[in-house]
Amino acid sequence: MKQLDLVIAGFGGQGILSAGKLLAYAGMLEGKHVSWLPSYGPEMRGGTANCSIVISDEPIGSPIIDYPNALIAMNGPSLEKFEKKIVKGGFIITNSSLVEGRSMRTDVEFIGVPATEMASDMGNLTYANIIILGKLLGKTGIVKKESFEAALKKVLPEKKHYMIPDEMKALVMGHDI
Amino acid sequence: MATVFKRPHALKEKELHYCPGCTHGIIHRLIAEVIDELDIEGITVGVSPVGCAYNNYEYFNCDMVQAAHGRAPAVATGIKRVNPDNYVFTYQGDGDLAAIGTAEIVHAAARGEKITTVFVNNAIYGMTSGQMAPTTLLGQVTTTSPYGRKAEIHGFPINVCELLSTLEGAAYVERTSVHDVKNIKKTKAAIKKAFEVQKAKKGFSIVEVLSTCPTNWGINPIDSLKWLEENMLPHYPLGVFKGKDLEV
Amino acid sequence: MAEKLLMKGNEVIAEAALRAGCRHYFGYPITPQTEVAHYMAKVMPKVNGTFIQAESEVAAINMVYGAAAAGARVLTSSSSPGVSLKQEGISYIAGAELPAVLVNIVRCGPGLGGIQAAQCDYFQACKGGGHGDYKNIVLAPSSVQELYELTVHAFNLADKYRMLAMILGDGMLGQMMEAVEFKDKEEIYSADKDWACTGTKMQRESNDITSIYIQPEVLEGLNRKLQAKYRQVEQNEAMVETYNCDNAEIIVTAYGTVARIIKNVIKMAENEGIRVGLIRPITLYPFPAAAYEKYAETPEAFLSVELSAGQMVEDVRLAVNGKCPVHFYGRTGGVIPSQIEILNEIKKILNK
Repeated sequence: MKQLDLVIAGFGGQGILSAGKLLAYAGMLEGKHVSWLPSYGPEMRGGTANCSIVISDEPIGSPIIDYPNALIAMNGPSLEKFEKKIVKGGFIITNSSLVEGRSMRTDVEFIGVPATEMASDMGNLTYANIIILGKLLGKTGIVKKESFEAALKKVLPEKKHYMIPDEMKALVMGHDI
Repeated sequence: MATVFKRPHALKEKELHYCPGCTHGIIHRLIAEVIDELDIEGITVGVSPVGCAYNNYEYFNCDMVQAAHGRAPAVATGIKRVNPDNYVFTYQGDGDLAAIGTAEIVHAAARGEKITTVFVNNAIYGMTSGQMAPTTLLGQVTTTSPYGRKAEIHGFPINVCELLSTLEGAAYVERTSVHDVKNIKKTKAAIKKAFEVQKAKKGFSIVEVLSTCPTNWGINPIDSLKWLEENMLPHYPLGVFKGKDLEV
Repeated sequence: MAEKLLMKGNEVIAEAALRAGCRHYFGYPITPQTEVAHYMAKVMPKVNGTFIQAESEVAAINMVYGAAAAGARVLTSSSSPGVSLKQEGISYIAGAELPAVLVNIVRCGPGLGGIQAAQCDYFQACKGGGHGDYKNIVLAPSSVQELYELTVHAFNLADKYRMLAMILGDGMLGQMMEAVEFKDKEEIYSADKDWACTGTKMQRESNDITSIYIQPEVLEGLNRKLQAKYRQVEQNEAMVETYNCDNAEIIVTAYGTVARIIKNVIKMAENEGIRVGLIRPITLYPFPAAAYEKYAETPEAFLSVELSAGQMVEDVRLAVNGKCPVHFYGRTGGVIPSQIEILNEIKKILNK
């Protein structure tokens, strides 16, 4: 994949912004050009969050994504809000534990991952976002798993590094599904 | 022959521009004498206000920064934070400090900013020609209260020392007057104490000095001193409001 | 070069200021720039610096005035309504010729407006804002890396010219994360601040910092001196990026984040066989007029795209000086124009 134009969206507290940040960091560590643009302000306070991540082999023009080629929808409203924007031939990954039904779009690939259930089986619901990212990595190869692990080390404060093995386990689960 | 009276070193050899009978000159001299006695001229930075004393940077021999109207405590904060070993003082009138600069003085005091403010209260705006000040007394005639200050229209005068003394960051708060020799001496002692409080890093210090404005009061200089005594003292009692027992 | 870091624009501003030797920050909370303050609040106590959350923007800019008068490198940051409040202090800083750096992460107005990205403070930043004949140096970064470089540059320019240097960004730039690569060591313009009020130490005459001059001739003297300095700045410090301008059918001009949208538009236009160029002013004051003069007769038209109702376009028209039609397209209120709507505007102008 030459350029990923990804929107990640969901409820506040689902780790939307941090998932995007990890992904962008991993891309940067591979020497790619990256940008991460969050929604901010009233939208944020309404309980929804989204961010736009561009990972590219070439310098990035606008960090604003008019034409996403990928969407991660962690809840129903996010799917509804963003599915219209996905370019033909793009794909949507949803957290099928929380998103009922499928996309209205027939010209994009639709992938459901029961991320919340899987995370629950792992004993930690907060890993749902990582499981979904795992699927994104498995599908696109946009960054390597090793880069993701390196990003975790950079992004997480030292005292949380004990979580990295579990985070990686979650990533691999999503990756291999 | 012994010299018994001379210009303090901290004052420049420059003629003051103040009106005849105005007490700004006395207060300038007191500050300069204190700077001399503490031997701190070389490490003192003063902040000039907007008002009659706007250009008093021309009179002091220490470094001086001229501030926007009411902002002297904020400017002094910036100066002090950069060079904490400097003595930093502001010189402000009643319009500057108690009207447009109310937020700045209250918060500098609340932060316990280690600066000293000399607050000259003559109950009127001087430079802009005699308008009502926040400290104008009830009944007092000014160009913007031509029928006398009325509580129901203009509200009440602000007692700055009483107000600031409620703040924990204010370490030393005293009100003095310069209407006679005894009180002039007390004013000097108060300013000195305020600088010493700053040196001891105890917090914010302020001396409110009751002062005259013969020109805008429309009273001759001698009678102005009497007017101050008879009219201002009852409303603005003298004394230490905070830090009486402060050891410095 | 050190390793690349992924950082938020606002945090990079703070880090850049620290790297430029700034140890004094005064500010007041306002969205969308608060991360600058958060970062400073964390770091300043560790480096023996000052962080004060002031009681108002008015107080904050006057603390800046004081700290600059005392010779320090000093920063304040805010967003549009807050910068309006700072205008008094900015004018005094200009009058007293003090070096200081101010960041405006612009949001949409007027009034309390909204908190989304905008460029509606161009006039305020470049054409005065406060009272009096004065100028601020205004820098308009368009990436996080540039935020870093231009913030350091701003401190150097401020010291070099004893002026206020302003970073004019927007909420997007402040909130976004990109890779940033810090230098191991910054180039610091070393200014002999012999005018600063640090105490005479009884070894020199007193220094007075002031902006009041009651004598008209004396004040005119100051104004002449300021204007001569501004001409110097105009001559020496203009910065601009030109992209694809040779043989362009239309030259779009935009600054900051909007210029990045234009780069995407240029690609889209290329696919349709339309040659679009870009002039991106990096300094808004001094305005890089020479770049417009150079290309004034190249394209069929110029188009200024702004997140405003049309502000920079006036400077573009002055620079193009009637040699070519200058069009304008802007969105306001925090609305960001899409690539396709800009492309459509280009086609409309070119009758394609």
